[in-house]
Amino acid sequence: MTDIAMPGAPRKGSLLVRDARTARRNAAEARFRTYGLIAVLLGLLALVVLVVSIIGNGASAFRQSYVTVPVTLLEEKLDKSGTRDPAVMAKVSTFGYAPLIAAGVQDAMDAAGIEIEGLSTKGAGGIVSKDAPAQLRDFVLSNPGLLGQTVDFTFLASGRIDGYFKGRVTAQTAALDKNVSPEQLLLADALKEAGALETRFNWSFITAPDASDQRPEAAGLGVAILGSFYMMLVVLALALPIGVAASIYLEEFAPKNRITDVIEVNISNLAAVPSIVFGILGLAIFINFAGLPQSAPIVGGLVLTLMTLPRIIIPSRAALQAVPPSIREAALGVGASKMQTVFHHVLPLAAPGILTGLIIGLGQALGETAPLLLIGMVAFVREYPSPPIDGIFDPATALPVQIFNWTQRSDPAFVERASGAIIVLLIFLLIMNLTAILLRRRFERRW
Amino acid sequence: MKFAKLIVPACAIAAMSATSAFARDNVQVAGSSTVLPYATIVAEAFGDNFDFPTPVVESGGSSAGLKRFCEGVGENTIDIANSSRKMRENEVGACADNGVTDIIEVRIGYDGIVFASDIGGNVFEFTPEDWYKAVAAEHFIDGKLVPNSFSTWDQVNSDFPAQPIAAFIPGTKHGTREVFEEKVILAGCEEGGFFQAMLDAGVDEDTAQSKCMTIRTDGRSVDIDGDYTETLARIESNKDGIGVFGLSFYENNTGKLQVATMNGVVPSTETISTGEYPVSRPLYFYIKAAHIGVIPGLKDYAEFFVADEIAGPDGPLSEYGLVADPELGATQEAIMNEETMDTSM
Repeated sequence: MTDIAMPGAPRKGSLLVRDARTARRNAAEARFRTYGLIAVLLGLLALVVLVVSIIGNGASAFRQSYVTVPVTLLEEKLDKSGTRDPAVMAKVSTFGYAPLIAAGVQDAMDAAGIEIEGLSTKGAGGIVSKDAPAQLRDFVLSNPGLLGQTVDFTFLASGRIDGYFKGRVTAQTAALDKNVSPEQLLLADALKEAGALETRFNWSFITAPDASDQRPEAAGLGVAILGSFYMMLVVLALALPIGVAASIYLEEFAPKNRITDVIEVNISNLAAVPSIVFGILGLAIFINFAGLPQSAPIVGGLVLTLMTLPRIIIPSRAALQAVPPSIREAALGVGASKMQTVFHHVLPLAAPGILTGLIIGLGQALGETAPLLLIGMVAFVREYPSPPIDGIFDPATALPVQIFNWTQRSDPAFVERASGAIIVLLIFLLIMNLTAILLRRRFERRW
Repeated sequence: MKFAKLIVPACAIAAMSATSAFARDNVQVAGSSTVLPYATIVAEAFGDNFDFPTPVVESGGSSAGLKRFCEGVGENTIDIANSSRKMRENEVGACADNGVTDIIEVRIGYDGIVFASDIGGNVFEFTPEDWYKAVAAEHFIDGKLVPNSFSTWDQVNSDFPAQPIAAFIPGTKHGTREVFEEKVILAGCEEGGFFQAMLDAGVDEDTAQSKCMTIRTDGRSVDIDGDYTETLARIESNKDGIGVFGLSFYENNTGKLQVATMNGVVPSTETISTGEYPVSRPLYFYIKAAHIGVIPGLKDYAEFFVADEIAGPDGPLSEYGLVADPELGATQEAIMNEETMDTSM
């Protein structure tokens, strides 16, 4: 209010009329708000671009083309001895089954009256996935009685044909590609018109195991999802009791002295240690010293437990701290022991906060890749692990690792599958975080 | 506290039961990322056709794979190491120190290394000499070494268009880099007479060789430490880029890449197997003989890998880009008889 003291200065109007300084302050505030808004919008834009590109690339992984082929199960090819003994018939390898499928595609073409110049029977068979002979062989070995008959099978179409219907492959690129020919694309079009080829929702992307570079169409996330699930079981079984016990002890029982201070600082530091360090530790201790198997969810789970523990202890302690001292004092006042106070009164009230911390910790562990690189989980695994508890010692991969793995494959069809796997992982994370939020909303108490 | 007390013995029990009741029934493979796609194709077909479980195949690079292979004998070590190069003497020594003395070496075939650029760009017909001139760190001109000053391809060879030099070559941790240096850069240095010129000028042979193979680091040549998908992404963002790829990777991405000829020869499994296309290298895997009979299916997997119907000229590996080994029969026999390497070297 120096203005007033200055002689001759015109008296500024009421509060309703803004002077220059107020205008400047208001402008500064408006600018700051704009900066904030721009920051939020930039963040949102990045998120939208990320989600759109992932969904744009990956949504097609959930749909897959299938061909229906009538296959004649020739006895002279599949069971020369005529004994119908699966052990003898198993001598015919999948390479013996491939020509039957090609002949089946030819039959389907003849039946639908499709003629394509320059396409051999072998070429026609090329529109069916290389996974098909294995599927056919499994069927024949379990149903030897059907030999000699013609059975309709639904096989996956090969990755290139599937890519054609998804716009990844065109007649021009097919002419340059030795894995597919323009004639095969014509055949695929004709079969689609005849109703023998269709594109539909692909459950096997969720359930099937990984497949090699030659069969991108057959690759799925089954083993990876199971492996991730087993690891989360291990983390849950170990990190929950250890983490909660540690935080209760530190918060309620531990004397406040230098040792507990050191422990506290160390826990905070451990939470910031890069996860790859835990991988190195896991390799040295669990595999090389304890002799646990490589590529197994048990080792992955133990490593992730070490990584998650501090991230569970810190929010658990915060949740215990948030319980008002009056609760403890009241319990102690009516004669409860210290332990009764904690377990009957404090812990139930802190439980929602502890659970939220646990779920967010598990979510971080689910998305973790780096420590798994070192313990052999970045692997090609096709066998499903057995049910728990044995299964946690069987080889498996994990979801983030499977994404990493697929981005390195040379076949362009794996780009779509990697993005599809990211979508699956994001859905799992979203569900976990949503559970955490709902739990907090439902059970949180405020004083 | 009750929980914490329970957990410690529980962990111990879990660890003990794992070691005692630990009968691994699947074959465990690790090593070269170049061999990985072939190994997964074979593992998958092996699982389809045999009652044994599908082998677990990891990548991580030849050196890392061989290091794990040499960690010792026992069920928690790997059975097979894939490698895109021959095992080195010091690796054999490291193996022997840890008790891995009986090793079966299996050559599965040959892998071609190709030069490819964006499909919409200029067509190139290279010779090794062109590559030496384009990416060597120093040129030997008038009796002394001067830094490489070329910035466009027409300076390298007047037949080429005036396209900026942007080479994406495998980083030093890749086995492919070694082949690139020896079969392209050193060969180009020798063919162009630069090597001889250096010797004539009184430079000793080792120095001349290493000067030949030193790659420029001024940004015209970029080391790619990731895999071929990264090289492809770099070329897609820089249309002037020319990258080094494996033949099979190129054949899976013909929609995006065009391949350059080398000495006038188009790379293909045929031209590589006849030796016309000069840049190729053998691929190997190594079996721990002590594990045969202990790990079920190990020998069957190895025999299946080199069977004619898999690794032969008409098999799926050849279809994927592996150049079949003309001496496959000898390899099959060696595995059947479990012939181990001579480790006395």
